[in-house]
Amino acid sequence: MGSCTGGCSSPLSLTLSFLFCLSPPPAPPAPLSFPERRLLIPSRGIDVLLKAVGDTPIMKTKKWAVDRGRTVQSLSQFISRFLKLDANEQLFIYVNQAFAPSPDQEVGALFDCFGSDGKLVLHYCKSQAWG
Amino acid sequence: MADDKDVLRDVWFGRIPTCFTLNQDEATEREAEPYYLLLPRVSYLTLVTDKVKKHFLKVMKAEDVGEMWFEYEGTPLKWHNPIGVLFDLHAFNTVLPWSITVHFKNFPDRDLLHCLSNTVVEAHFMSSIKEADALKHKSQVINDMQKKDHKQLWMGLQNDKFDQFWAMNRKLMEYPTEEEGFRYIPFRIYQTMSDRPFIQKLFRPVSPEGKVHTLGTLLKEMYPVALPNDGEQKLYQVVIHGIEPLLETPVQWLSEHLSHPDNFLHICIIPVPTE
Repeated sequence: MGSCTGGCSSPLSLTLSFLFCLSPPPAPPAPLSFPERRLLIPSRGIDVLLKAVGDTPIMKTKKWAVDRGRTVQSLSQFISRFLKLDANEQLFIYVNQAFAPSPDQEVGALFDCFGSDGKLVLHYCKSQAWG
Repeated sequence: MADDKDVLRDVWFGRIPTCFTLNQDEATEREAEPYYLLLPRVSYLTLVTDKVKKHFLKVMKAEDVGEMWFEYEGTPLKWHNPIGVLFDLHAFNTVLPWSITVHFKNFPDRDLLHCLSNTVVEAHFMSSIKEADALKHKSQVINDMQKKDHKQLWMGLQNDKFDQFWAMNRKLMEYPTEEEGFRYIPFRIYQTMSDRPFIQKLFRPVSPEGKVHTLGTLLKEMYPVALPNDGEQKLYQVVIHGIEPLLETPVQWLSEHLSHPDNFLHICIIPVPTE
């Protein structure tokens, strides 16, 4: 999985192919250990679209089915492991490009309040992007 | 008749008499006396306990001191919830002062967020305000404010300055005159009976037919178990800022007057104590 800088964008067709591949979600590019596998629960999950901000590495798989009961904290840990970030690197998650949800908030509650078009869009960033 | 604005002052200056005791497993050089403090309901534990930390550090060796955390009867207290919410949720029907145990080791990573400086509290507080405004005004009011205005909200809370805080928070409580309230009411419902952190969904202050939504209609939709059935004994207390508001109270009024400084209406559902 290549890490991309801000200037690098994936071809449109590739992005779209991920967007429309709804069920089941696309297989992740690298083998995942047990806790990561639990993230993928198509039946109970909600669609979460993960977008990188600035020079934070992008994830080739952007759309994930996430268990409603997952907390923001555990989703954040998943992304950090997926991107192979160093333990001392922070990861910030934003909703609506406006606020950082509380780490103990459930992804399902965020979807209920801030989801649109059947999905929840979350931005992730290695530095504070929206205060 | 008293002005509704007096309620804001009463909520802001709500205090909980608290007794802090050092966890008995901590290594001390001499016995640690308990420390008494009046805790502001609307603030955060880690923001108002510098004196508690100083008091206990006097009897401890520096090498035994890790990050300070608090526990009440076996439950680690989440500093990122307002103090009043923690008290109502865990200790509402108990005798005062509230007895909190202070720890300096074995930080429970699974239960608590780390908080090594006030900037962590500030980030959490401002994020909550922004989330609330996303619900109330599609973020328009908070985005129209300047950096110094955001700072004024935070400094008002940090320094317990009611007028400084409300001079700015007033704007977050406004809505267009042609509307009957906020777009959605920012609320969170907490319960001790479940491991779920809280219930938060979209809820409008007025129904599509123009009927005013009340605390009762909110609970009926979000957590019907909390409401007593006709003729049956009440099983749960619905508590906001240490009181049980009438279920007929409009949620818009509650949101404007009984929200915490983070602009959320925090509602605690607690079982009625058995004799």
